[in-house]
Amino acid sequence: MKMKKAVLLASLASFMTMPASAQKTAIEAIEEYRAMLQDGNPADLFEAKGEDLWKTARGPKNVTLEKCNLGKGPGVVKGAFVELPRYFADTNRVQDTESRLLTCMETLQGFNAAEIAKIPFGRGEQSNVTALATWIAAESKGMKFKLSQDHVQEKTMFEVGKRLFFARGGSHDFSCSSCHGEDGKRIRLQDLPNLTKNPGAGNGFGAWPAYRVSNGQMWGMQLRLNDCYRQQRFPYPVFGSDATIALGVYMGVNGLGGESIAPAIKR
Amino acid sequence: MADPMRIRAQAAGDKATVRVLMSHEMESGQRKDAAGKLVPAWFIQDVEAKHNGKSVMTAEWGPAVSKNPFLQFTVKGAKAGDKIAVTWKDNKGETRTDEATVS
Repeated sequence: MKMKKAVLLASLASFMTMPASAQKTAIEAIEEYRAMLQDGNPADLFEAKGEDLWKTARGPKNVTLEKCNLGKGPGVVKGAFVELPRYFADTNRVQDTESRLLTCMETLQGFNAAEIAKIPFGRGEQSNVTALATWIAAESKGMKFKLSQDHVQEKTMFEVGKRLFFARGGSHDFSCSSCHGEDGKRIRLQDLPNLTKNPGAGNGFGAWPAYRVSNGQMWGMQLRLNDCYRQQRFPYPVFGSDATIALGVYMGVNGLGGESIAPAIKR
Repeated sequence: MADPMRIRAQAAGDKATVRVLMSHEMESGQRKDAAGKLVPAWFIQDVEAKHNGKSVMTAEWGPAVSKNPFLQFTVKGAKAGDKIAVTWKDNKGETRTDEATVS
């Protein structure tokens, strides 16, 4: 009888450890799969396209973007990405990479920024903005995030971003923090970074723009946030809106010192 | 015209590893668009790699190959400075050739 109980306990114990070990190998396998993909990241193709677009004279005014000021002076691209979003005196607002690109495309090239913001992601000029953002991010790959919090608007945006991050609402009573406020959470097999602190904030914020293998699309941070809101059953935020930029400031400041690996590759 | 490929070729010992990233939609012909109409098939059919002008590999591809395909292969006897050229041709007859130097 005693024997039987011991055997039963042993088998129970082995049964209980099984799901945990199976889960670990699945995550390991995904990590391995990602490492293999990393070598041929198609983001390279968008990066090349973005670099080309930057240097090509386009738009109604037929000029290049080479005089575009991303915060470090006209035409300085290297290191700009890890300091965005930041305050810009000329527009008197805090802007992220994509919204700043719209400003440059309007002021330098003569495009209508509001019209571009209305184009669905991945089409026409929107796909050009994504490619440009991909190249700009790639120019700062491996650098560490150092967003400024000196200007009062930058501080305000951080606070706004924090509140938006924790704001619950929608039909599912969801917030960003429902998924990204704790360590070790995941959706199915995707690990969810904790965006309230490092390393999660740096890893999460510093991975976009990223190439999505599952749908073969290049996604910028604007589309990433847009899709997060879709999953929360919130209304879609406007492209380059203050809400999305505030969230960018919140994540970026939380990720200070984290390394930017964008453009990354995602499942 | 089609977007350029990214070709990297690195010599190690008596062979070189070539990694190619192609920019192509690779439409399978099975998908439907928003209006419910079939998206016509559009994919790379033939791939050829040349080492200093001599054909070293040919491949026939189909619609099951992913969008923006990645291809890796090794070329025996390729050394630094050699030229590796890759050509693809799709089912619409469009073609693209890019060349890289082995490093």
